[in-house]
Amino acid sequence: MALNPQFIGRTYPAGPSYVVGREKIREFARAIGDANPAYHDPEAAKALGYADVIAPPTFAIVVSLEAANAALFDPELGLDYSRVVHGEQTFTYTRPICAGDELIVTTIIENIRSMAGNDMITTKGIITTVAGEPVATASSMLVSRGADE
Amino acid sequence: MSASVKFSDVDLGTEIPGAIYPIDRLTLVKYAGASGDFNTIHWNERIATEVGLPNVIAHGMFTMATAVRVVTDWVGDPGAVVEYGVRFTRPVVVPNDDAGVVVEVSAKVTELLESNQVKIAITAKFEGQTVLGRAQAIVQLA
Repeated sequence: MALNPQFIGRTYPAGPSYVVGREKIREFARAIGDANPAYHDPEAAKALGYADVIAPPTFAIVVSLEAANAALFDPELGLDYSRVVHGEQTFTYTRPICAGDELIVTTIIENIRSMAGNDMITTKGIITTVAGEPVATASSMLVSRGADE
Repeated sequence: MSASVKFSDVDLGTEIPGAIYPIDRLTLVKYAGASGDFNTIHWNERIATEVGLPNVIAHGMFTMATAVRVVTDWVGDPGAVVEYGVRFTRPVVVPNDDAGVVVEVSAKVTELLESNQVKIAITAKFEGQTVLGRAQAIVQLA
């Protein structure tokens, strides 16, 4: 089923905030095997000018994904999640995510297009603090593979 | 931000030290738990093969996280990364054995930008073939 192109430009307001925990950052850094002291040691992070440990660049996906799912699971969009693969991912950072941040994500459906029987949907999550300070953006392009038959 | 690399010390084509990163099934289980991405194709061989994959595959986001490590290790301050994007072009297939697989990452400076920023192209290879397309990071140097 083709995706509903009327969803282009639709914005999903931020849901509940995400409070970034120091141990969650450490857990994520361990999971990617990265011992960079800025992710583990608050003193090392402070020496770089941050208030607490900072998150690895791709940690932003953990914050943005749930918000994106609210858009992607909208039944009227018509996305069959079992056929979805991740096509592209881009992050921009105003500053790194830091332990102690309380973040919210506004999600925009930026584009929907069809190519060779596949649907491509691009969402952009705008990550800010609850006070409105910009932190990062996470743009995801998902490919919904067309039916085989 | 306090990058340990100076803009004046790099040039077009400057190579960044590469690295080889191991991935096995335990890696994927840890990443699933830490990231919250429990898609079954990353840990369940039966489901992975049912949907046409050769075996369990690594999370694309894990490969993306791994590839940028050469950049963050080089620049010292991971917060110096101001932009990072990739295309997922080929899966990293992870067999159910004790050896696991490796992803080889290399990178070099491809553009000198304003305000002491540089663009870095990253190459990530699995079994000799690239697994990320247009993988590039923009980094704020000192």
